[in-house]
Amino acid sequence: MKSLEELAAIRDRMKGIVNMREADPNNIRVVVGMATCGIAAGARPVLNAFTEEVARRELNNVTVTQTGCIGICQYEPVVEVFQPGKEKVTYVKMTPEKVQRVIGEHLVGGTPVAEYTIGAAQR
Amino acid sequence: MNVLDVAENSVAAGSTLTCITVAIDTAAHRLTVTIADNGRGMDAQTVQRVTDPFYTTRTTRKVGLGLPLFREAAEATGGGLTIRSQPGQGTTVEATFTLGHIDLAPLGDLSGTVISLIQCNPQLDFVYRVWSDGEEFTLDTRELREILEGVSLSTPQVAVFLRQYLQEHTENLLKRSTQI
Repeated sequence: MKSLEELAAIRDRMKGIVNMREADPNNIRVVVGMATCGIAAGARPVLNAFTEEVARRELNNVTVTQTGCIGICQYEPVVEVFQPGKEKVTYVKMTPEKVQRVIGEHLVGGTPVAEYTIGAAQR
Repeated sequence: MNVLDVAENSVAAGSTLTCITVAIDTAAHRLTVTIADNGRGMDAQTVQRVTDPFYTTRTTRKVGLGLPLFREAAEATGGGLTIRSQPGQGTTVEATFTLGHIDLAPLGDLSGTVISLIQCNPQLDFVYRVWSDGEEFTLDTRELREILEGVSLSTPQVAVFLRQYLQEHTENLLKRSTQI
């Protein structure tokens, strides 16, 4: 069974890195819509997938967080990616499977996955 | 269950310490879910109106379904919802459910709910307590904060650990709510 001692070990690993993240000019923010509409559409597994994959790949310039209803409930789960100096990218109808590609191609590779974005969904 | 909706009300009310308690008493066939905060509280008139679906403090829309649905879910099992609140003191929402009742909604992914709350409001404190027939497990972010020494509760690696930690420690306790 996991114990809180492991948390101390995580702390030691993260300590130096976290300060970097806050100050990092390239800090990427991933925001998952977690209002009732988002959760009903499956936002929680999406948030978890982002959190787990960001932790696994040790992407220390990425912050994963949530917001309320973005106002496009029909497209939930909605995920917005904010990157300094770049236009916001809005992904719609997200799933944990899609998260893998978004992280690999967008957060790491720098190229948004166009087919998952709201622009593609509205066409 | 929509515990997250109700707990988010606490966050919105400026609560700095929110306590979520799930108590399972199989002998009494009772499940109690309590969400207590130290936010700004409500006056008696507001308390009366908050379970009305057409009352909300939001300005973006005219319906607020968090508490009405929570009350419905409780009443459907023969339980009920009580709200105690004092302006400036905070609010306590307590829902009781009858265990084994056919209309009892599953508790759902409570660990996930609690972790999302903590991860997304890393500056606030939460106490999550599961009590099940005398056995107890408590997660207190104030203790976690002490261990973390400044590392944020929203750090993905920390959130992943906490989720697994919570799941392992509460799974067996929570299971009793469905074993009647």
